[in-house]
Amino acid sequence: MKPPRSSSSVRGILIKIALLSIIDAIAVFGLFMLFLQESWVAFGAVLAVTVIINWIYLRPGWLPAKYLAPGLLFLAVFQIFVVVYSGYIAFTNYGDGRNGSKDDAITTILLTAQSRVPDSPAFRITVLEQFGEYSFLVTDPDGGVFLGGDERPLERVTDFGTDSTGRADSLPGFTTLTFNDLLGNQRAITNIAVPLTDDPNDGALRTPDGSNAYLYLSSLTYDEATDTFIDREGRVYRDGGDGAFVNDAGRELIPGWTINVGFDNFVKAFTTENIRGPLISVTIWTFAFAILSVATTFALGLFLAIVFNKPNMRGKKAYRLIMILPYAFPGFLSGLVWLGLFNQDFGFINQVLFGGAAIPWLTDPWLAKFSVLLVNLWLGFPYMFLICTGALQSIPEELTEAATVDGAQPWAVFRLIKFPLLLVSVAPLLISSFAFNFNNFNIIYMLTGGGPRDVTAGVDAGATDILITLVYKVAFGEGTGRDYGLASAFAILIFFIVATVSIISFRQTKVLEELN
Amino acid sequence: MVAGATTQRGERPTTIPERRRRGFLFWARDTGWRHLIGLVMLAFAAFPLLYVLSASLNPTGTLVGSNTLFRTIDFGNYVRLFQLPQQPYAAWFINTMVIGLVAAAGTVFLGALAAYAFSRMRFTGRRVGLLTLILVQMFPQLLGVVAIFLLLSGIGEVFPQIGIGTQAGLILVYLGGALGVNTYLMYGFFNTVPVSIDEAAKIDGASHARIFFTIILRLVAPILAVVGLLSFIATTSEFVIASIVLTNPQSQTLAVGLYQFVSQETSRNWTIFSAGAVLAAIPVMALFLYLQKYIIGGLTAGSVK
Repeated sequence: MKPPRSSSSVRGILIKIALLSIIDAIAVFGLFMLFLQESWVAFGAVLAVTVIINWIYLRPGWLPAKYLAPGLLFLAVFQIFVVVYSGYIAFTNYGDGRNGSKDDAITTILLTAQSRVPDSPAFRITVLEQFGEYSFLVTDPDGGVFLGGDERPLERVTDFGTDSTGRADSLPGFTTLTFNDLLGNQRAITNIAVPLTDDPNDGALRTPDGSNAYLYLSSLTYDEATDTFIDREGRVYRDGGDGAFVNDAGRELIPGWTINVGFDNFVKAFTTENIRGPLISVTIWTFAFAILSVATTFALGLFLAIVFNKPNMRGKKAYRLIMILPYAFPGFLSGLVWLGLFNQDFGFINQVLFGGAAIPWLTDPWLAKFSVLLVNLWLGFPYMFLICTGALQSIPEELTEAATVDGAQPWAVFRLIKFPLLLVSVAPLLISSFAFNFNNFNIIYMLTGGGPRDVTAGVDAGATDILITLVYKVAFGEGTGRDYGLASAFAILIFFIVATVSIISFRQTKVLEELN
Repeated sequence: MVAGATTQRGERPTTIPERRRRGFLFWARDTGWRHLIGLVMLAFAAFPLLYVLSASLNPTGTLVGSNTLFRTIDFGNYVRLFQLPQQPYAAWFINTMVIGLVAAAGTVFLGALAAYAFSRMRFTGRRVGLLTLILVQMFPQLLGVVAIFLLLSGIGEVFPQIGIGTQAGLILVYLGGALGVNTYLMYGFFNTVPVSIDEAAKIDGASHARIFFTIILRLVAPILAVVGLLSFIATTSEFVIASIVLTNPQSQTLAVGLYQFVSQETSRNWTIFSAGAVLAAIPVMALFLYLQKYIIGGLTAGSVK
């Protein structure tokens, strides 16, 4: 039986159509842009997703899909795809100076190796702007007028306007930049190189001031037939097979390009002496940190829960309120506040508590480890205190009573009855706490930055680095060049460790069986 | 008084005559030591917070000058905080609130939709879907930070509005984590709302959308608030993804901005940083304490029964 449609369901349909048309409009725009950029894989993906979304919402019935689709879409793009993509990057040499196609690399090499041709004629130009992109309107010495921009070779134009000196200075649809605009965007404009023709070997126009441009030629020439670069001294740079042009002396041209390197990143991680060593010690410390964090916070939290699990104790609420403050304090700030407290020369702990001693809390490898654990204890014990209190209070009082009547001492009651019961109910939370601390980036990065750094390591690894901070530093660190490929290989390693640990622990706690 | 609450040894309200004479010793052995531990823990828990509050009120500016607590009280740091040209604190604060609120609202909405489907509908893949949600939360998004960076760079070439450097892009990334542990919390709560309510409404002719938006969402409001708050706290503290997506100081969040501010010259900027930290912590802590009952209930739901 179908209920009669009311006016509200008509409104619902209208809202649905409106939302769908907005999504479709955005999708069509995206498809158009992707078509222009010739990114066919992305084009196919966007098209498929759009069709599926429309199909789900226009088709009657199949209700669950209508409710699940929005969340699943985000999950698919920003979580599942991201994992798969990480896997792909781990098999490439993606990183600083290796982040494009070979064609892009060739163009960039030619452009960056450019220098001004001595005695080249000056081209009078006007800088135009359209849709946020700059173009040069060039009047060549013979009076011909051309338009071009970054990576858009010069093309002859006709319907331009000129100023009193015969310089072309306007074009329909474009905005002419004023002197002030030029000053304000000086850097962007001086970086523009307008190719003279389709062949990058012909050189490009650059302007130092926005009104005159000069011909710049590359000191390198690219020979397409042999796929080599030749510089002015006649040295030959060949495609060395690992994503860069190299000459016989081993000198590389920057940038290179992304290629598939197979298992190279993993091989490098496990066989290169000065990467394998740090990687192993970081992995061990990651486990130690996660386990010790859970153990210390749980021990202290449980202890406090027992101490305060006493009816009629005065001020219990006040204690509880103040003790959960560290948990309510924003996590990223805690690390920074303790950074100040631990400061070796001026910090409160050394200056006041230790009377001016210079204890290297954060710069000695072992003390730094201790400090990180102490701060994490401060952050984490309130949570354990709360859940242990909850768990203790949910244990039926009759059990304690019965045991006491049978003559059991309080310690025995706790050890043999309460603790096992408590463990059953908090075990899943301990496991998720372990998983959280395994990737507890903020506390490590904010407090020690992973340091003190191991100077013998081939990667930027330190004594308190856990795997996730290592990934971040290898990928985005300032110390060494960015190596996305190696960082992703490390991330994949974490995936496997976390997956193994969670499968084992789920088996143990049988959380999955509770689902219905 | 409930009998169960008084079974602890020695805690029975007694009228033994000797009680007054041995009062203190008895109290010390029974309850006093608990207060002693309590005081030690209070110092441990509250000291860093008091310290940062005191530093924020200290006009000397440096770390070493902050070591005497509450010697002077001066609000100059709070004023200077908003006058730094390189560190636009006001912008960071607003950015953090906007990103946090939008991401939290989105997370609640997407999560509630999914929880409704899992709780009220029976379909193939439902069980697998629920299991997947638990497993997915084992893989935090920050592991894929490299891929997220490259993905957003790629998206930015088609839609510059959501590419690298935009807050909208960052929010979308955060929404990728919307389904997960949150949905699971909500799913449990949705199950406690009787199905007979839906059925009654259906008989009255209400559509599924109407039932969901006008009836169910109201009944599950407490869990929506908890999930919203948890997601707000998580988002505002998030550093890794925010630090690589938001490149321009004007668009950064407090986590990214304050980290860069204090990590460069810890000692010199200390008291201004402290003022910034206090201001940043106040809204989050106030919300947390205000809603602590629900949060603690939410955190322990599902395992502590």
